[in-house]
Amino acid sequence: MTPIEVNIERPGGEESGGRRHPNTCPTCRSHYREDELRHAQRVCPHCGHHFAVGAMERIEQLVDPGTFVEIGSDLRAADPLAFVDIKPYIDRLSAAELQTGLGDSLVAGHGRIVGRGAALAVMDFAFMGGSMGSVMGERFCLAADHAERFGVPLISVTASGGARMQENILALMQMAKTVGAVDGLREAGVPYISILAHPTTGGVIASFASLGDVVVAEPGALLSFAGPRVVEQTTGEKTAADFGRAESNLRLGQLDAVVPRRELRGELAKLLMLFSPAEDEPTGDNEPLMTIVEGDANPIDKVLGRLGLGRRRG
Amino acid sequence: MVRVSDEVRRLRKRFEARAEESHIWDAVQLARNPDRPYTLDYAERLFTDAFELRGDRAFSDDEALITMLARYHGQTVVAIGHQKGRDLSERTRRMFGMPHPEGYRKAMRAVELAERLGYPILTFVDTPGAYPGVNAEERGQAGMIARSILSFCQASVPIVATVIGEGGSGGALAIAVADRVLMQQNAIYSVISPEGCAAILWKDSGQARKAAYAFRPTANACLDLGVIDRIVEEPKGGAHEDVDAAAKLLDDAIRHALQQAEMIPAAERRRARRAKFRQMGVWGVVDEPTGDIG
Ligand SMILES: [Zn+2]
Repeated sequence: MTPIEVNIERPGGEESGGRRHPNTCPTCRSHYREDELRHAQRVCPHCGHHFAVGAMERIEQLVDPGTFVEIGSDLRAADPLAFVDIKPYIDRLSAAELQTGLGDSLVAGHGRIVGRGAALAVMDFAFMGGSMGSVMGERFCLAADHAERFGVPLISVTASGGARMQENILALMQMAKTVGAVDGLREAGVPYISILAHPTTGGVIASFASLGDVVVAEPGALLSFAGPRVVEQTTGEKTAADFGRAESNLRLGQLDAVVPRRELRGELAKLLMLFSPAEDEPTGDNEPLMTIVEGDANPIDKVLGRLGLGRRRG
Repeated sequence: MVRVSDEVRRLRKRFEARAEESHIWDAVQLARNPDRPYTLDYAERLFTDAFELRGDRAFSDDEALITMLARYHGQTVVAIGHQKGRDLSERTRRMFGMPHPEGYRKAMRAVELAERLGYPILTFVDTPGAYPGVNAEERGQAGMIARSILSFCQASVPIVATVIGEGGSGGALAIAVADRVLMQQNAIYSVISPEGCAAILWKDSGQARKAAYAFRPTANACLDLGVIDRIVEEPKGGAHEDVDAAAKLLDDAIRHALQQAEMIPAAERRRARRAKFRQMGVWGVVDEPTGDIG
């Protein structure tokens, strides 16, 4: 993994020692070929360590084949501050896009999970440390809009070092904006499921990611407002090895469950079933969904949406 | 090729032309000036009567964040603000204005009270940030900030927030979602401190001045970017030079902003506030087909 310029400790926890190949397990040192690791959903077959998963690969792991439709893929950061640190923000953005193939740190869309429709907002830590700027916030809101319009649950998967400093105050405002989107879901009676992957910290965990009606985390994920190094440097306090980890958060009452990646799709399918009306049966076919362009939902749209079948509009 | 609006192009030009302005660093210093008036200094001057509401009813009373019932121009309001300390013992007691989760839980208690009884909410934002300690984390700092923001989103009563000193990150925003957001002329508002930004991007917290120039935590920049509604002037040299005059200017601005917030019908206020924050952010578009995978 290339160096990541965000407000967070490097993931993996191996502070000392040299650079490690991305496919070498930081816990047990087993090394895997790319196809082996991908096939294992990037969970170490030897020790169960959860490697980072990119947004598109995560969507493949969770969503029924051929059903995902992306929303807001044409949005790109615009750098209103003309921000330059040791490198221009614009250069960092193009480097991140080249490296990840993504336009920003979150992919929004909708699809089906074991036949049931859901809106999705999936983050990618490899894009500038999963930092939250204007595009990420807007894409999250677009996913929430879809959920609200079609009455389908919103599922987010987060991996983020926090807000994107290069957008400063606009990045901070994305916390208010995304929480506002969650408020919209609450007002509309639409469920929201938040999945926290390693790491989810800073402005993302202090906004929408903590507000799921159900909040689950992957094993070992670091989930804290301030990272352990910031805590130690600012307060002089020592942090324990399990500081901020998913398992500690579960014990402290901040989570509903820690779910291993291989069980995630099944657990999501169960939740989508529990959040759907009694008479709803999942659709059996795997036809791709149509793109929803704009307009308000009517009752037919809501039914179609719940079944994972959006209609093209406009 | 990313297409951006003329408005964004104008912003970029303006910010490029104004690179390295000394007033940016002056504002950082003034916002942190130890003599700068704090929430209680303004409360004393703005409110005719006040009763402090203490404690979160669950764990403790966090003195870094104060809440009160107060009489403001003849009507009862709920006031919520960060509070730094004046001397070392008060600073320590008030954790330099950095709340723990129980501080935000107390704020939510005050919002709930205001909502139930129909009192407007006035907030005073002045914190380096939420306290980044082990205990704060274990008691759910992140989740409590998120829930505090949500409670401000959900309220249907008028809310006016004013950044009066340091608007530091999520710890500030937790009480700053409002129908009208004001900012004093020499206050700062940013996603991270200049020192924190410098430590991460320049790998040297000594480059804080450079970081401040680059990320522009000033009231002017916040107004240009559509994050605040109005800049509140301060007496010459800064609010600490004449606290009474500063309070008078602040009073006029808050009273006017509250009148504006009160004009939004109560039934629409929650949605209007959500819409206000929804439009915050700047982006461009590229031409590309919608991508499918799988
Ligand atoms: Zn392993």
